[in-house]
Amino acid sequence: MWRYIGRKLGIYTITFVIAVTINWMIPRFMPGDPVRSMLNRASVSDPEALERMSDYYEGVFGVDAPLHEQYLNFWAGLLRGDLGISAWLYPEPVADIILRAVPFTLGLLLPAIILSWIVGNYVGAFAARSKVLDNTVLPVGYILTATPYMWLALLLAWALGVVGGFFPAAGGYSFALTPSFTWPFISNLLTHWFLPFLSMFIVALGGWAIGMRNMIIYELEADYSNYLQALGAPRRLIRRYAFRNAMLPQITGLAVQLGTIISGALLTEIVFNYPGLGMLILNALNNRDYFILQGAFLFVVIGVLIANFIIDIIYVLVDPRTRVQMTGGAS
Amino acid sequence: MSNVAGAPGADAATPAEPVAERGRSEILHFAGRNPKLLIGAGVVLTLLLTGLIGPLFVDHGPNEYIGPKNQPPSGEYWLGTTSFGQDIWAQFVYGLRSTFMIGALGGGIAFLLGTTIGFLAGYKGGIVDEILNLITNVVLVLPTLVVLIVAVSYLQVEGLLVQGLFIGLTSWPWAARAVRSQALTLANRDYVDLARLSGRRTWRIITSEIAPNMSSYLMMSFILLFGGAILIAAGLDFIGLGPAGGVSLGLMLESSMQWSALQLGLWWWFIPPGAGITAIVGSMYILNVGLDEVFNPKLREL
Amino acid sequence: MTLRVKDLKVYYQTLRGDVHALDGVSFDLADGEIMGLAGESGCGKTTLGKSLIRLDGRMRHVGGTIELNGAEVPITDERAMNPLRYHEISLIPQYAMSALNPTRKIGRMINELLRARGVRPSKVADELRRRLELVGLDPDVLNRFPIELSGGMKQRVVMVMATLLDPSLLIADEATSALDVSTQRSVAESMVEFRDRGFVKSMIFVTHDISLVYQMADTVMVMYAGQVAEKGPASTIINDPQHPYTKMLIGALPEVGSTTTEARLEGIPGTPPGLLKPPTGCRFKERCPIASEECDETPPLVEIDTGHWAACWKTGR
Repeated sequence: MWRYIGRKLGIYTITFVIAVTINWMIPRFMPGDPVRSMLNRASVSDPEALERMSDYYEGVFGVDAPLHEQYLNFWAGLLRGDLGISAWLYPEPVADIILRAVPFTLGLLLPAIILSWIVGNYVGAFAARSKVLDNTVLPVGYILTATPYMWLALLLAWALGVVGGFFPAAGGYSFALTPSFTWPFISNLLTHWFLPFLSMFIVALGGWAIGMRNMIIYELEADYSNYLQALGAPRRLIRRYAFRNAMLPQITGLAVQLGTIISGALLTEIVFNYPGLGMLILNALNNRDYFILQGAFLFVVIGVLIANFIIDIIYVLVDPRTRVQMTGGAS
Repeated sequence: MSNVAGAPGADAATPAEPVAERGRSEILHFAGRNPKLLIGAGVVLTLLLTGLIGPLFVDHGPNEYIGPKNQPPSGEYWLGTTSFGQDIWAQFVYGLRSTFMIGALGGGIAFLLGTTIGFLAGYKGGIVDEILNLITNVVLVLPTLVVLIVAVSYLQVEGLLVQGLFIGLTSWPWAARAVRSQALTLANRDYVDLARLSGRRTWRIITSEIAPNMSSYLMMSFILLFGGAILIAAGLDFIGLGPAGGVSLGLMLESSMQWSALQLGLWWWFIPPGAGITAIVGSMYILNVGLDEVFNPKLREL
Repeated sequence: MTLRVKDLKVYYQTLRGDVHALDGVSFDLADGEIMGLAGESGCGKTTLGKSLIRLDGRMRHVGGTIELNGAEVPITDERAMNPLRYHEISLIPQYAMSALNPTRKIGRMINELLRARGVRPSKVADELRRRLELVGLDPDVLNRFPIELSGGMKQRVVMVMATLLDPSLLIADEATSALDVSTQRSVAESMVEFRDRGFVKSMIFVTHDISLVYQMADTVMVMYAGQVAEKGPASTIINDPQHPYTKMLIGALPEVGSTTTEARLEGIPGTPPGLLKPPTGCRFKERCPIASEECDETPPLVEIDTGHWAACWKTGR
């Protein structure tokens, strides 16, 4: 068991190192001068401040130091939690800006992923019951997985927000309110949260439903299902086994789909002007703030790696086969 | 990337059935009466034709300001106009074209990479497999769109080709994985052993003995990669990292968002491009299920 | 009489038409009889095994009856058939290696199956342990997952599980072909012992391994192209077969008692007829060395000696 976890940790460490290296490499080998293009966009009029900024970025990009030294410095800064200073929101540290956005993204992502996974699994299992159901759930599921996240977001924002007026179609909360633990603020937060959440939930749902439907059909054709049928076991028992066994690959699917769903969250946030990482990335792009961009990238990668690791551990705990293999049972 | 879509029991690796053994006529018979296959293929082909022929009947550039502003769909402007007076129908048909292009480019590159790596890993085994597997796992874990955002933001994307290359380079891993597990089962079959004993080159064995026996599986992988590439490209375009000065369905969504089509109620601006993407990718996935049912007799019975 | 099958016809539905997998099969199985069912692959022996317990989706019952202990077996009626399954008719499948749910502990799965079939697990718990010990398994296997067991162990678990409710009829479909020779032998011995102890009343043992049949079966039935060619006491069939097909089948064996696998039937020239449109008359006539004009008529299955039946015009009436 520990070998398995160690192996996984190894892969994640390598991935992290590679991600950091990409992050370090790209601005240094890009054509043109990142410092200049960053400062051009920075909305600072005070020449003295501009001077300070320019010194800072020249220093960070350390043009004089040899490359390996720059690389090590980059890691040293990273391990101290120093992601640099934003040009767009100068002189605020990038880490602070990102940490402000992360709760919004997580608040969208976690409920959307978990709920869509649970509901999707049940819908998929239900669809595998009969041909009629299957023929409706299957196409709908595929169309949902084919829907670009931002498009469904636009449709919902337009229909339920702009036209219907049931929910606000933009922002994380009303600007009239100051963040606090009061009921008006929390309910305001929730109404702003609902549409982005719903849109992500619906798109993600389709994929889970299809995955479950395919897996459960596979399980119902498996030898053990056939044998139980031959011994006259009721449909209910066979379905229960199939559902449970089909769930296991769906847990792995969770890890595989994570990247897609996170991308979806970023795009959805942009549509709803929701103050999470997606909006931050868009602003960073528009303002050529590469520090924020890189910081956000690292945050997402770290988040994905942690989530993958959690899923690995859950899988080991849930699937007796891997557990047994790893504790070294009889052949 | 959507790996659940279409792949029958994506992780369970249903063994590829040799196609030649069952004869083409039976396959054609089932293909001809599989509604999923027919409807999916029908929609895809209709849209493809629209993208190919449509622009020929538009006598002005898709981004030209030719008409009145903010017009809802009418006889003259089938899909209405933007708030700059651009013809949305013209943008749509040109957009379809580039959407198919990016699917073919990005999906094609990812397919070539993924199958090559998968075949090599599955067939060679040993240290080659270990290394390729490690690379695959690393790229698999990295969130594709986010990597692309960082890469593309620095290295300006000039055109569809570069965008396709970027997408292809990042979205191959699951195909490599799937092909690897398939190749692994096939590599141990008798006829492959025979070919190996007779001293044929690795590459010849892969292309002449292994690949043909999983051709249906490869075809379905390509379709999934195609659809995935379209979705990723749309995401990039939407963030504003699309090819500069181009036309695509994703860029249409971006400009509609940027110029507040939502608040102004210009629904004809953002509904067609999204519907186009969904229709292309969705019907490809459904087409894929149809193919799967045709090639995989077990699934026909349900 | 435990089992009486009369003129059973079961067809497979395919695109090109019906495949006549069982085309008028009749035989009796006595109390306590272990019958070996032999024949080339595709002769309908597996279909016969399935027809006695559960028709799969593409199988269609066309005619004929099955009686078990004097009562009709309603094989076409899922609902009426279900009470008989496991309680009266049970199965050791071809795929015994993968017949257990991989994510349930074996004991728990058996208990859930028993409960679903209306049996209180505690009532048979002792018997279960005793029988596991009888086949040489530690009752502790009940606390293990299938993946922790070897092929032979899984095979024995399935055997104990299948016979736990003392069925009248047990169908063992190629139950030993995936095992190595010594394991095969001990599993076969356990099956005989189960019969001797009355855990099962009678048994149909489907196999292509005639030497194994000789060791454990009381009678042997040879099938050819969806029909019964010959049935008789095991020693008669092996040492003094009457039907020309059986003769060739036995003659193709290198030596009685040896255990080679599938290859043994290569000695017979030609291939069995396709069952999509089976030929009229005797189905073996194309390959039969002694065929003559009368073989254009279908030969009836007649008792040529006590308990020895054959379907051939040449077996001296």
